[in-house]
Amino acid sequence: MAVNYGTRRTVVGAHYGLRDWLSQRITAVLMAVFTVVVLAQLLFSSGPIGYESWAGIFASQWMKVLTFAVIVGLAWHAWVGMRDVLMDYIKPIGLRLVLQVFVIVWLTGCAGWAIQVLWKV
Amino acid sequence: MSVAQKPRPEFRNINAFRDLPTYRLPAPGRVSILHRISGALMFVLLPFIIWMFDTSVSSELSFARFTSAFSAGIGFVPGWFVKLVALGLTWAYLHHFIAGVRHVWMDISHDAVTLQRGRPSAMVTLGLSVVLTIVLGLKLFGVY
Repeated sequence: MAVNYGTRRTVVGAHYGLRDWLSQRITAVLMAVFTVVVLAQLLFSSGPIGYESWAGIFASQWMKVLTFAVIVGLAWHAWVGMRDVLMDYIKPIGLRLVLQVFVIVWLTGCAGWAIQVLWKV
Repeated sequence: MSVAQKPRPEFRNINAFRDLPTYRLPAPGRVSILHRISGALMFVLLPFIIWMFDTSVSSELSFARFTSAFSAGIGFVPGWFVKLVALGLTWAYLHHFIAGVRHVWMDISHDAVTLQRGRPSAMVTLGLSVVLTIVLGLKLFGVY
C-alpha cells in the first residue's frame, strides 16, 4: 500500500486514470483479437455460412472461454468509455450519478444476457 | 496592407447549434468525435447486438427467425430498417476498430502523434471505415 500521509505521500492521485487507461487498451486488444479469430473461422469455413457453421464457432470450450472474457472485457471497456463521455458532457453531478448508475446496470444486464446465450450453444 | 483583415473567429462556451455548424474541425478531430459517437451508438444498441447473437446461435429455428428479420422484417419493424440499423452498427464497429488501432499505435509511438503522421492516419481511418462499410453494405442489401 502506498504511503498516503506525511512527506512521502503520493500527491498525484490514486492512479485511477492509469488503471482505466490501461484496462481500456487491454480489453480493446482482446476484442480485436477476438474479431480476427471469429473472422478467420468464418473465412476458412467451406461453403455458405449456415446455422451449423456459425453456431459451431462458439461450440468449442476454448471459444467459450475466449468469448466469455470478451463479454466481460467489453462491459469494462464500455464502462470506462461511457464514464469519460458522461464526465465530459454531463455537468450536474446528480444527473451524472444517475446516468453512471444506469450505464452500470445496462452493461451488467447485457453482459449477463450475452453469457447466458453463450452457454446455450 | 490596406486590406482590412477579417477578424479570426473566437469560440467561447461553444453553442452546439450556433457554433458547431461553422466550426472547421480537422480530420483527427473528426476521428475523435466519431470514435465517441460510434462507441455510444454501440452502447445504446447493445441489446440489439445480443439479440442478433441470441437468435443466430440458439437453434436452427431461431436462426431462421434471425435471417427472416433481415428479409421480411420482425414484428412491426420492416426488414430494410433492420438492415439499416445493422449497416449503422457495421460502420460504428469499423470506425471504432480502426480508430482504436490508431489510438494504440499513438500510445506506442511518439512519431504517430505528430501532425505530419496524425492527419494522414486520421484520413485513412475515416476513409477506410466508410469504404469497408460500403463494401459490406452492398452485400447486406444483396447487390452481390
